Amino acid sequence: MSPRIVAVVPAFEEEAAIGAVVSEIHDFDPGIDVVVVDDGSRDETTEAAVAAGAVVVRLPFNLGIGAAVQTGFRYALEQDYDVAVRLDGDGQHDATELPKLLAPLERGEADVVTGSRFRDENGGYRPPLGRRLGITWFAKLVSLLSRQRVTDTTSGFQALNRPAIALFARDYPSDYPEVEATVLLLKHRLRLLEVPVEMRERETGSSSITFLASLYYAVKVTLALFVGIARRSAVPNEEAPR
Amino acid sequence: MTPVRISIAAAIGSVLLLLIVLELIRGRRLKERYALLWLATGLVLLVLSLWRGGLNTIAGWLGVSGYPPAILFAAAIMFVIAVLLHYSTVLSQLTDDNVLLAQEVALLRARVDALEGERERERETDEVVTEPRAG
Repeated sequence: MSPRIVAVVPAFEEEAAIGAVVSEIHDFDPGIDVVVVDDGSRDETTEAAVAAGAVVVRLPFNLGIGAAVQTGFRYALEQDYDVAVRLDGDGQHDATELPKLLAPLERGEADVVTGSRFRDENGGYRPPLGRRLGITWFAKLVSLLSRQRVTDTTSGFQALNRPAIALFARDYPSDYPEVEATVLLLKHRLRLLEVPVEMRERETGSSSITFLASLYYAVKVTLALFVGIARRSAVPNEEAPR
Repeated sequence: MTPVRISIAAAIGSVLLLLIVLELIRGRRLKERYALLWLATGLVLLVLSLWRGGLNTIAGWLGVSGYPPAILFAAAIMFVIAVLLHYSTVLSQLTDDNVLLAQEVALLRARVDALEGERERERETDEVVTEPRAG
């Protein structure tokens, strides 16, 4: 039997883009259920997602990206999905790239597969300098901490199997969560694999991260990384790694 | 030596703080859990202001030679810091709880919506089946 797959799409005020994101996933594979987590938008994000055929989990107020994504994972866990894929609500992740993420998962080679923009050596993605510095800093730091080469710790384009869904449903970092989540995964001895993917430029809206905010996040996430390593609750692990 | 007037003023202040805290607890506007630190603050300040010899001794230990009442300020500031730190932990816990509640509400609402949609469809198919018979 083929695995039941759910696409988790966090969206905050993405009424213009969300319909296309949902349709694209359905066009790619109608068997994939799409759950859009509306993170307390004041626009018509929910209506647009419903119209496109998604299940919508609508948070009563804005919780931030981490808690929104976690809501999606909790949905996936509750509804007994075997695999969850995560795509951003702004359309930067291309649904046709999903097989690259799903294949290693189906072969049982990893618990989490992340689409990296930097794995591809001749890849086209060149972010602005400030962002590139931040991404490099975290990639180096996380690689060091995890003793594994990680190139894109900020990518929200991921596929997860059931143990990983269960972990993230229980414990997921708050804002700018992907960096910490990477370390969390490795602490729980889940296997992480990066595959090269291509991402699109943002279609609408602006990135949620401005310059000052990124400086703040860089400091905060660095602190959180070291706290995460020393944290007490992170170590006990109920489900044995498979 | 601590001036008497400072001792009296500090004692009155401490008693006032204690009375206000007790009154807030009595009126159930302050939970005992959060009142404990405030009561401890009031009590310690009261003892330090009335027990003048003790204040001088402690000042001596800490090398405060000129002005023993500085110990009163120091104690008060320490307790205020403790109370604030306690609030920060409470606030963090509340934030986590709040997130959990919001997620739970959203997930439940999605389930209710799904169930209602299902029931709606069932009713529609029922009507389709029963209509010809009724007519």
